[in-house]
Amino acid sequence: MKKSLAILALSLGMVSLGACSDNRMHSHGVYMLVDTSGTYAREMGKAAKIVNYLLATLNPGDSLAVAKVESRSFTEKDIVAKVTFDKRPSQATSQKRVFKDKIQTFAKEIKGSAYTDITGGLIQGAEYLNETKSGIKTIVIFSDMQEELGKGTIRDFPISLDGFRVVALNVTKLGTDNADPRLYLDRLARWEARVRKAGASEWVVVNDLEHNLESILTTR
Amino acid sequence: MTNWNSWLFWPDHVALSVLVLALMAMVFLYAARKPMHGIIHSTCTLMSHSMRFVSRWLFLAADNMRLRNQSVLLAHGQESEAVIIEREFERVGNILRKDMQEFPALQRKMLEEATRMEDEYRKCGVVPPPPPEWVTALESVAQIKSGGDIPRKLLEDIGKSIQKIHDKTIAEFRRSYEERHKILNAMQPSWRTVEKLMGEMDKKMVTLQTNAKQIDVHIGKFEGIRAKDTKTEHALTMSSFVHLAISSLVMVIALGGAFINYKLIALPMSEMVGASDYLMSNLKTSDVAALVIILMEASMGLFLLESLRITQLFPRIASMDDRMRRRLMIASLVFLTILAAIESSLALMRDMLVADKASLMRDLASIAPAPSDGVLTSIPMIGQMVMGFVLPFALAFVAIPFESLVHSMRTVVGVCLVQGMRGLGVMLRFLGLLFKRLAKVFEMAYDVTIVVPLMVERWVLTMRAGPSVEMEEPALSKQRRAA
Repeated sequence: MKKSLAILALSLGMVSLGACSDNRMHSHGVYMLVDTSGTYAREMGKAAKIVNYLLATLNPGDSLAVAKVESRSFTEKDIVAKVTFDKRPSQATSQKRVFKDKIQTFAKEIKGSAYTDITGGLIQGAEYLNETKSGIKTIVIFSDMQEELGKGTIRDFPISLDGFRVVALNVTKLGTDNADPRLYLDRLARWEARVRKAGASEWVVVNDLEHNLESILTTR
Repeated sequence: MTNWNSWLFWPDHVALSVLVLALMAMVFLYAARKPMHGIIHSTCTLMSHSMRFVSRWLFLAADNMRLRNQSVLLAHGQESEAVIIEREFERVGNILRKDMQEFPALQRKMLEEATRMEDEYRKCGVVPPPPPEWVTALESVAQIKSGGDIPRKLLEDIGKSIQKIHDKTIAEFRRSYEERHKILNAMQPSWRTVEKLMGEMDKKMVTLQTNAKQIDVHIGKFEGIRAKDTKTEHALTMSSFVHLAISSLVMVIALGGAFINYKLIALPMSEMVGASDYLMSNLKTSDVAALVIILMEASMGLFLLESLRITQLFPRIASMDDRMRRRLMIASLVFLTILAAIESSLALMRDMLVADKASLMRDLASIAPAPSDGVLTSIPMIGQMVMGFVLPFALAFVAIPFESLVHSMRTVVGVCLVQGMRGLGVMLRFLGLLFKRLAKVFEMAYDVTIVVPLMVERWVLTMRAGPSVEMEEPALSKQRRAA
């Protein structure tokens, strides 16, 4: 009897210890930037599929936010949906359903923007993920990585992405890239250099959305 | 890297430099010959003695451990045998009390029945009564020589009378025979009953005899243990090995069951304590909680079997008075049932969570939900619930092999330790011997490096001593060889 009471006390102690420990270190935070400029607005179906993949893969306690990339993206208004999943699996499942509905609504009502402020989105994503205190922080950029800034938008300053993983998704080739592939390669190299300089731990490019989606969340 | 050129006296003449170096080293080694031999000898002796000392200690420790193991083994064996003999006597006592209590009365009754039946049987076998006494008179009449009508008529009348009487007697005899046959016929069921009773008693007697033989065997073992017989000790040791193997196998099976149990409740436990809580780097709180539930079930099962006196791991429980023990038994059973019910409900929750997740996955993949057959889809759910309720009770019986494992492990580990210590002792003794011999080898190897100065030394000594030494030397070497 004493033994069972001791085990019970131990288990309660362990559970309370668990409650005290920093559990966020094991959680995964994902911030997805969706390019809505120009022809990319038509790629929203693919973006929704990726969001669905993320919803299916993320666990209770993880965080997910989807934001659109507009003319100036460093604002909370561009966040379409954000959620930190409950610790309980049943509640997390309900939250995922609501999140999916929000994304579907957004995909139907999407409007193209004149400019593409990827850097602003990155800074906003870093802010959000730092607030969530997730252990693994991933910024997913669904874009052709062609940044076009409007007049008065200043982004040519060093940014901080310490410990972040940056995943560029569906980086389609532009018409000019087809004429001179070096443009495409230079663009990707430039972005990689920039995020690495900002302190990112990893830079991943995923163009095969059919077979290589697991690279979004898998740390090498 | 070492610059070899710095060691050379004349870098341009490497061979010469090396030769000079070698000569210098040789001189130095020759000068240091005596202390070096002393160092080699002392080191090897030290190593040899140390190893022999440790080896001797190991052998002594192994002997002490063997004696301790023997006393523990024999004590445990004696205890086990005493329990078995006690049980056998209880069985015999029960047989005697239940079945043999009425045996003397029954035996007497059966003897009476048998006697009666024997009498009846004898009566049934009675031959027809002999002719009456007048047969002799008839013979006398028959011997009358002067014949005539009177004797003939007389004889005829007598004959008729005899015939009449004979018929009557025969008729009566047959009637009585028929009556006896009827009695015997009516006694047939009694015979069968008696026969059946006899058969049963025979079986009981055989059982009793078997029990007596088993008691004899166990008493023999008990006597062997008391006498500290080597054969009995060996048998007990081997028995411990067998017990360990069997109980380990059962424990592995039980661990498989516990793993299934764990899998059944780990997911729903995350609903209770949170899926994203971690105790350590890779240790989820929900997993630990599920493990704790299973361990608690095993503990309750252990207490239940302890209070039922099936196992005896806790002497405190075994020595409790019956009232307290019964209370403990009821408490353990209630807790175990509650835990089983909790596990069953967790199994139900698991099924619901899995179904919910599957539904979400279908939604996310935009796949239409599969048509569900109510009965078929609920079978796994019912199965999980039943398994969740039954597995804790099945786990409770782990206490029996666990007890066997604990007891046999003590013996097996003890035997292995003794053998290991002895093996190590032999190895150390061998190494000690080796070091003792190696001293001479090292000394000779050292002398090989300074063979030239040694030859010079011998030559000088020979020159100084003159021819007398030369004459003596073969004799000395011959004596050394003989020594």
